This record gives sequence, C-alpha cells and structure tokens, in this order.
Amino acid sequence: MYAFDLVKPGTVAEAASALAGGEAQALGGGQTLIPTLKQRLADPGTLVSLSHIDEMKYVRESGGTVEIGGGTTHAMVAKAVADIYPGLADLAGRIGDPSVRNRGTIGGSLANNDPSACYPAGALGSGATIITDKREIAADDYFQGMFTTALDEGEIVTGVRFPIPEKAHYSKMPQPASRFPLVAVYVAKFADGVRVAVTGASEDGVFRWTEAEEALGANFSTDALGGLSASEDGMIADIHGTAAYRAHLIGVMTKRAVAEMS
Amino acid sequence: MPKDSGIGASSKRREDVRFLTGNGKYTDDINVAGQSYAHFVRSDVAHGRINSIDVSAAEAAPGVLKVFTAADFAEVGGVPCGWCVTDRHGNPMQEPKHPVLAEGKVRHVGDPYAVVVAESLSAARDAAELIEADIEELEAVIDMKAAVADGATKVHDDLTSNLCYDWGFVEENREAVDEAIKGAHHVTTLELTNNRLVANPMEPRVAVGEYDPWKDEHTLYTTSQNPHVIRLLMGAFVLGIPEHKLRVIAPDVGGGFGTKIFHYAEEAFCTFAAKALKRPVKWTSSRSEAFISDAHGRDHVTKIELAMDEEGKFLALRTDTYANMGAYLSTFAPSVPTWLHGTLMAGNYITPLIYVNVKAVFTNTVPVDAYRGAGRPEATFQLERVVDKAAREMGIDPVELRRRNFIDKSQFPYATPVAVEYDTGDYHATMDKLLEISDRDGFEARKAESAARGKLRGFGVAHYIEACGIAPSNLVGQLGARAGLYESATVRVNATGSISVMTGSHSHGQGHETSFAQVVADMLGIDEAQVDIVHGDTARTPMGMGTYGSRSIAVGGSAMVRATEKIIAKAKKVASHLMEASESDVEFANGQFTVAGTDKSVAWGDVCLAAYVPHNYPLEDIEPGLEETAFYDPANFTYPSGGYACEVEVDPETGQVEVLAFSAADDFGNVINPMIVEGQVHGGVAQGIGQALLENCVYDENGQLLTGSYMDYAMPRAYDVPMFTVDHSCQTPCTHNPLGVKGCGEAGAIGSPPAIVNAVIDALSGHGVEHIDMPLSPQRVWAAMHGKG
Ligand SMILES: Cc1cc2nc3c(=O)[nH]c(=O)nc-3n(C[C@H](O)[C@H](O)[C@H](O)COP(=O)(O)OP(=O)(O)OC[C@H]3O[C@@H](n4cnc5c(N)ncnc54)[C@H](O)[C@@H]3O)c2cc1C
Repeated sequence: MYAFDLVKPGTVAEAASALAGGEAQALGGGQTLIPTLKQRLADPGTLVSLSHIDEMKYVRESGGTVEIGGGTTHAMVAKAVADIYPGLADLAGRIGDPSVRNRGTIGGSLANNDPSACYPAGALGSGATIITDKREIAADDYFQGMFTTALDEGEIVTGVRFPIPEKAHYSKMPQPASRFPLVAVYVAKFADGVRVAVTGASEDGVFRWTEAEEALGANFSTDALGGLSASEDGMIADIHGTAAYRAHLIGVMTKRAVAEMS
Repeated sequence: MPKDSGIGASSKRREDVRFLTGNGKYTDDINVAGQSYAHFVRSDVAHGRINSIDVSAAEAAPGVLKVFTAADFAEVGGVPCGWCVTDRHGNPMQEPKHPVLAEGKVRHVGDPYAVVVAESLSAARDAAELIEADIEELEAVIDMKAAVADGATKVHDDLTSNLCYDWGFVEENREAVDEAIKGAHHVTTLELTNNRLVANPMEPRVAVGEYDPWKDEHTLYTTSQNPHVIRLLMGAFVLGIPEHKLRVIAPDVGGGFGTKIFHYAEEAFCTFAAKALKRPVKWTSSRSEAFISDAHGRDHVTKIELAMDEEGKFLALRTDTYANMGAYLSTFAPSVPTWLHGTLMAGNYITPLIYVNVKAVFTNTVPVDAYRGAGRPEATFQLERVVDKAAREMGIDPVELRRRNFIDKSQFPYATPVAVEYDTGDYHATMDKLLEISDRDGFEARKAESAARGKLRGFGVAHYIEACGIAPSNLVGQLGARAGLYESATVRVNATGSISVMTGSHSHGQGHETSFAQVVADMLGIDEAQVDIVHGDTARTPMGMGTYGSRSIAVGGSAMVRATEKIIAKAKKVASHLMEASESDVEFANGQFTVAGTDKSVAWGDVCLAAYVPHNYPLEDIEPGLEETAFYDPANFTYPSGGYACEVEVDPETGQVEVLAFSAADDFGNVINPMIVEGQVHGGVAQGIGQALLENCVYDENGQLLTGSYMDYAMPRAYDVPMFTVDHSCQTPCTHNPLGVKGCGEAGAIGSPPAIVNAVIDALSGHGVEHIDMPLSPQRVWAAMHGKG
C-alpha cells in the first residue's frame, strides 16, 4: 500500500467536493479497492470514505419499485429486500462470504463493474436505474464493458432504483477459486416482458441475452429455451472455463433460473 | 470403555485454547527491539539474464539501511540440498548452485535478486521501486518433456542439460519387467498428471534474524517444522556459523504441510543481514509472495502399465515419471520422486516385478519439494488409478481385483520387490471395514435415487500403504540422505515431580503438546497436566530432526519412551534405597513404587524430591537428579495402510462434482489419542479433496504464474467437504517401535485423491470417460463427458 490521506465526509455533497479535483478516489466497502491498494496497483493519494454518509444507506419501497442507497452493504440488502424483492435479496446474500457481504456495497459493486460481479446482472436484469450525485442513468446505458461504466470521474453512485418484477431468480455457477460467478444469469419476469442478464461470461462484461428474452417473453418455460444456445464468440476463456463451456453454461443457468421460477 | 487419560484417551488438545483465542505466539508476533524490515525484490520474469542492478537511488531513499544483492553474498555458500540421488548409471545427480540472492540469472518468477532493508516495511517497498534492474528476458523452460529435449534452453548454463537425474529402480529388473509386460495376458496403461500444488499453510513464512556482537551469537526465529535442521544447514553450509553460536527458534507454527521443512534463502538472509547491519532484521511473507517463494508440491507426469494374467493377478508394473524440480533443488526435493515414491509402488499388492523410472527435470518454476505425503501420494495415485482402470478393462469388480492381489496377513513380514519390508498389516480387514462403514451394499439404491434427480452418482475405493516414521539412518544414508534421521528426547523430572519433555519433534498443528504428554503420563502413572512438552528451540531441546513423514510419534515418541524408561530405571534405584529393598524387587505402577510381597511403598513425588534433595540418598551408587536423554533411530519404516471410499454426485449439465460421503478405514497400529488421529485424517482428506477437485498451480508457457492468489488457486472450503466417516479399529501394531505406532499425519492426503477420482470415473462410466486429470474441475468433467477434453 502507498501512503494516502483518508477523508470521511458525512454527506454526499461533501464527498462530491472531496472527489472533485481528480486525485481522490471513493472508498466504499473496500472489498475490491483495499486488495488493489495492498498490491500497490493503485496510488490514489486521497481516499474519500463513503461509509459515514447516512443518506446513502437506505432501502425504500414505493409504487412497484425499490430504491437502495449506494452505500448499502450486501448483507443489509439481503435482509431488507427479502420480502420486497426476494430474487435480488437472494443475489445479494450469495455474494462472497459474510465478511465481504458486511463491508461491500451495492454502489461499489456497480461502480467497479467487474465482468464477473453479481450486482450488474441484478441491475441490468431488472432494468434498474442508477442514481448518482449528478443524474440518473438507465442500466441499459450504464454498463459499458469490463470495468467500464457511464460514470464520470468522481461521480458517486448514491442509489439504485429497481422496478420489482413479478418474479426473478439468479442462477450462479461459481468459479471454483474466487466463488465469483463463472457464469451467472439473472432472469426477471415483468408483466410486459422478460429480461435475462448474463455475468461472468463475456469479455464485454454483463449483457442481455436478447434471444432468450424474446423466447421467454413468448412462452415463459424451460421448453422455450430448448433450441437456443448462446454464441461462444467474445466469451471469456481462462483456466476455469473455455469460451465453449461458458457459452454452454449460459443456457444451463438460464434454464435453471426459469425452472426455479416456474 | 474409552479411557479418560493416558495412551488411548481422547484428551482435549491443550494447545487449542491459546490457538483458538488468538493467543498463540507465532513468528510474526515476535518483534525485537530495534528491528528493521526486509523487502525481497523478486523477478517478474521466469528466466532472465541480469545485466546490471543499480541500487544507488534505492540506497539513498529515506529510511533505507542497505540494499543487498548477490555481490554481498560472495563469501557465503548457496542454499544446500540435503539428499543426493544416484542415477541409473551410477552417477550423482546434477546439482546446481542455489545462491541466497540470484547471481547472473533469475530462474523463476519470484526468484529474489535484491533485498531492501529499511526502518519500516513501507520505506523498504518504496525504495524497492527505485532499483533499476536490467534483466534481459530469456526463453522460459516450463514443459518438462520439452525441457529435456535436445537443444532445449538450459535453466543452469553450467549443467549439461535440464535433467537432474534419470533414476531406475530396481534397475536390475528393467529387462525382466519389459519381458513380463510383453508376454502378459492383459496390460492396462494409464497416462496421468499429478497436479502441482501450493501448500498454503494458514500462517505464511516469517524470519527474524538477531545478532549479539558482544557474545557473537546469532538467533533466528523462523516458521519451521525442524529448527535443528535449519541450524545445521544454514550454519554449516550457508553462513559458516558454528552451532553453539546459532540458536534457531520455531515458536508456534501455523501449519506446515511439508513446505516449512526446507531451509529457505530468506532465513539465511535475515541471519546474515542482522550481523551485517548490527540490527535485527524481520521478513514476513505476504500471501502473494508465498505463492512464488514457498516450495510447491507434486507436479509429476506419469505413464504406468500394469500387466496381469487371466485371473487378474498382477505380474509386472512399469512406471515412467517426469518429476518437476523447479529452478533449484529444494532441501529434500531429489528424494521425493525417488526413494519416497519408487519404494511404495508395490502398494498393498503382490506384484513380483516392478520397475520405476524417474526423470527429474529443472524448469523455470518455483522449486518443488515434499508436500503432505511426499512421493507416497504420487505412488498411490497412479497405482490405485491403474488398478481401477484394470478392473474395468478386465470386467472384474474393483474391490475384488484388489483383494485377489492383496498381500495376505499371513505373509508378513513381507519383502516387496522395491526394497522395503512391511512389518504388519491386514488389508482384507481394512477393506471389510471400509465396505461396512461406507455401506457399499446400499450404493445401487442411492445411485438410482440420484438418477431420478438427473444426477450421476459414483462410488470409488482406493487402498493405500505408506512408509512413515522416516527413517533408519544407515538405510537412508545409503540412499543418499546427507543427514541422520533419528529423533531425540530429554525427560527432565523436576524436584517436585512435574516433568518437562524436550523433544526434537516439532508441532505445527499436530497436537504433540497433548499426545506426547499422554504417553509420558501414562508410563509414569501421573496426571497429564504434570507433563509439559517443550519443542521448537535449539537451545532448549537436544539435537533433533523435526517433523515430517509422519515421524513424530513413531520416532520422536519412541525416543521419549526410551528416555522415560531410563527415568523409571533410575527412579527405581532411588526408590529401592528409600524403601531399603533390593532394586530387583521394586515395582512401579500408577505412580507408586512398591516392594513385591510387602506393604512398603513410596510415591513418585517423593522419589523425585529425594533425587534433587539428596539428604538420604545413595550418592556413592547414583548421581543426584532425574533427567535422561535418549536418541532413537528406528529399525525400519512404519507402514500404515487403509481403505478409503468416496461417493460423489456429478451434475451432467455443469460437470460439477459434489462429494457426498467419504469413509476411511485406517490401520495406524496403536493409537495414542483417537480424537487427534481422526482430526489428522479429516485434515488430510480435506487436502486430498482439494487436490482431486480444486487445487491447481498453473504456469503459462512464459512461466508466469496464472494462479498466484486465491482468486484463481482454489482451496477447499468447509462446504466442499462432507461429514467424514473414519475408523481406526483395525490395528496391526508396528513390531519394531516401543509404542507399536505407525503414524497418521499424511494418510488422509495419500489415500483420498484416487478414491475421489475413481468415484467420479465410476459416475461417468456410461459416458466412455476413462480418466480425467486432477483437479476434476467442472470445466474438465464437462469437457470429458462431451468429448471436448
Ligand atoms: C473474497 C471476496 C469475494 C467476493 N465475491 C463476490 C461475488 O461473489 N460476487 C460479487 O459480485 N462480488 C464479489 N466480491 C466483490 C465485492 O462484492 C465488493 O464489495 C464489490 O465489488 C465492491 O464494493 P465495495 O463497496 O467493497 O467497493 P470498493 O472496493 O470500496 O470500491 C470499488 C470501486 O468502486 C468505487 N466506488 C465505491 N463506492 C462507490 C460509489 N458509491 N460510487 C462510485 N464509486 C464507488 C471505488 O472508488 C473503487 O474504484 C468479492 C470480494 C471479495 C474480497
């Protein structure tokens, strides 16, 4: 770790001004950033901790949506939305291990946009809206490739608004070492259609499997997926799985999610 | 009735209170006044020529005491190798120099070429970034077979090739084995890889060097399984420090699994630098550093052939192995694929002819050495896999094929064709017990139930033998060991009867402080709480060889028994004087000395007091005091054996394997503490599950480590292991050590991988899959099922 200054703002406004200027970086739960710092892969100079900002920690339900503060930990989400949005609660409750879930935040996960992270699938699969200190961004516009998002430098994810589907399920095939998804699929069924988001598989990060969405929109059953197979083009290939295996798992995980929901 | 104390009792592990409450004292907890911090600068290329290293900016950086490079070590020796293997042609192995810091070339990712010592670790790390090293990358030698091909790039320019040795065993059998295989009714052939592993003890390595210039005394605190061995190797071969001026302390050590046996450059560095700088020097490995500097384990590529007659009787066995040594020879590396591996190729079976060929190869990877089981898991894995495959090919039940070839209990002692003599065993008994506790009879019903859920269920067995209690010194001396392998113990009885036992064995999780005390307390008939076990400090315990090869109770425990017997003999003399009886009439039981046929008695404590307060004492016949030392050198290895069964379920859509049940029926001879023994088996099997299903250390073709953290190196977790069913009621005590014990530390890791792989192959029997290399990851299982392997 390189030496850094730590500031602990109490409001979003203070955090935003501390982050303006470029050299500072936001610190959420630190579950991604701290290991990076320990390996000296980043040298931010100043860390702006978001952990003391109460206005970023909340869960609010209203009119068919649930809004979650950007500083809310995975463990808090798993508990707080268990009745409101069980599919999302289940996703949050299976991220990492208890210590990760009690530190890591939804804002940090979405800002980081790891190609194997869980929340991006939940957000894209739900058609969520990412709320920042400056604007609101639709999930479809927000995720822009591996570790890349629509966020500007210093922009803070203050909340996420999820439309609550009729049903949703997250099927996760863990990578044996990290237990992040090797491939995971989030399926959400709304009155007006089905969304299927895939994480862990693509070199471009989280994406929607539109063929499956159409097929399931017409006939929400595992049979509808019968003839479909995801293409292995652009899939991640590494020691844990070839591109062909990941493409295969997309089909299996989607089918399993649908089976759970049927 | 289970006993509640002494030999055979499941006494609670007394050391666990301090471990579980976070009060253990580990090497990193040791901070010496005025200490400085060492940061090793390690190569990020696998193979490179060091053209120049400019440390001037780093040395000028704030807080830096000195930057060391190979030039500072010109006057000291290299890190030595403790075993010399002689090749098939009678020549000694090729033995390259292993400098403390890389000289001329770097030879693996992680090879240290400079060390910054500074007032703080962050100052040292900051300064390290200022070092300008001009290292010209060379072609990396990674694949073993390519490494020994003609014209291959050499890891060591001064050796003739990358071949360390070409070993044949038993060389005289070579042609007879070839002939027998040619003429056999059936030959089963299997090619396999024994995957490379990183030991990953919970505590990473640490070294603290301290030097007292006024006494010219060195102290090294280190995370070692054998502090005396470190003192000997480092003092005599690297730094030239005589033993009386060098104290090595290995306090609480958080797991070793083999990788903390070896003498490492970091230990020599901290000892050397403490004198050079006249400041204590501390180094604590990070986890990332451990992946590229702790000796790795296994990494064999093998072809094995088993020849049988019509009935499935084994006629001959031939095995060819390439064994990875990595870039340098670690302390015991040459012995692992040879004497710890070839001598076990008979397994539990009568196989008249065996030939083992091993080519040990240098590559641009981290050195490879002993890892839990060391050589014996490699032997057991290939043998138990090929026997299983043979059973399928011959249409014989795999349990039945094993039984047909088992050495019968009437045949012990049994001399194998691979140089060892098994003293005792009863393999049919452990197999019977295994089938009972694993409920093999109920398997078909369970399989049908899994099938109804779309899952493939498989049942696999393996039966292992291992050679433990290493070892008779004069035998291993003939085989190339450069040290004796006895063990020592001093039993110091204090004036009021409490006891300190100083042992050369070392406990780093095994629970010696509990089980060793049980033995001494039982022999003396006193309370276990009156006995303390002292280990891990060369200044407090006599010369010892440490803990590995499941030798602690068999060798260290035997030394302790011998020393305690001397104590009893002397105490009887003292008692005979106190009771005014003839020494030959004195009996000792339950802590009381009595005279046969009289009501005279004197208690243990009174005898001890008399020995230290010799007012009424036969000073003309016996010395005061009650302290005895014994060195024990075993007459043979011990041969634990057992049957393991694994039941798995495979998800055919994902290839995910789940271990549903695991049973172990072990014969460890006599058992001192059943709970500790069971714990050792649990831990060993968990590591076996790790090797079989999860763990894999992978280099790419350029020698970059692809699995350098837990993001990619898969350790077993609690949910990867089932509840174990373990049994050690089959006991054929060792015939040549006083406790009749065989050792249990490695069995679990030896017997489990083949049982697990056999179970998965059984589950996939309908899919034409004959073998999958470990680890049987979902991707590999799925690929094998779909012909995409
Ligand atoms: C052992 C382990 C296992 C894990 N397993 C999983 C898993 O299975 N699935 C999974 O999805 N994840 C997993 N994670 C990652 C975990 O969920 C992280 O918590 C998460 O990815 C990052 O959240 P954080 O709050 O810790 O962010 P930090 O690590 O603090 O920050 C990450 C990045 O986001 C930025 N940032 C943080 N908060 C905000 C914000 N509110 N607005 C803008 N930028 C912000 C930071 O500047 C930094 O660049 C695991 C992590 C570990 C250590």
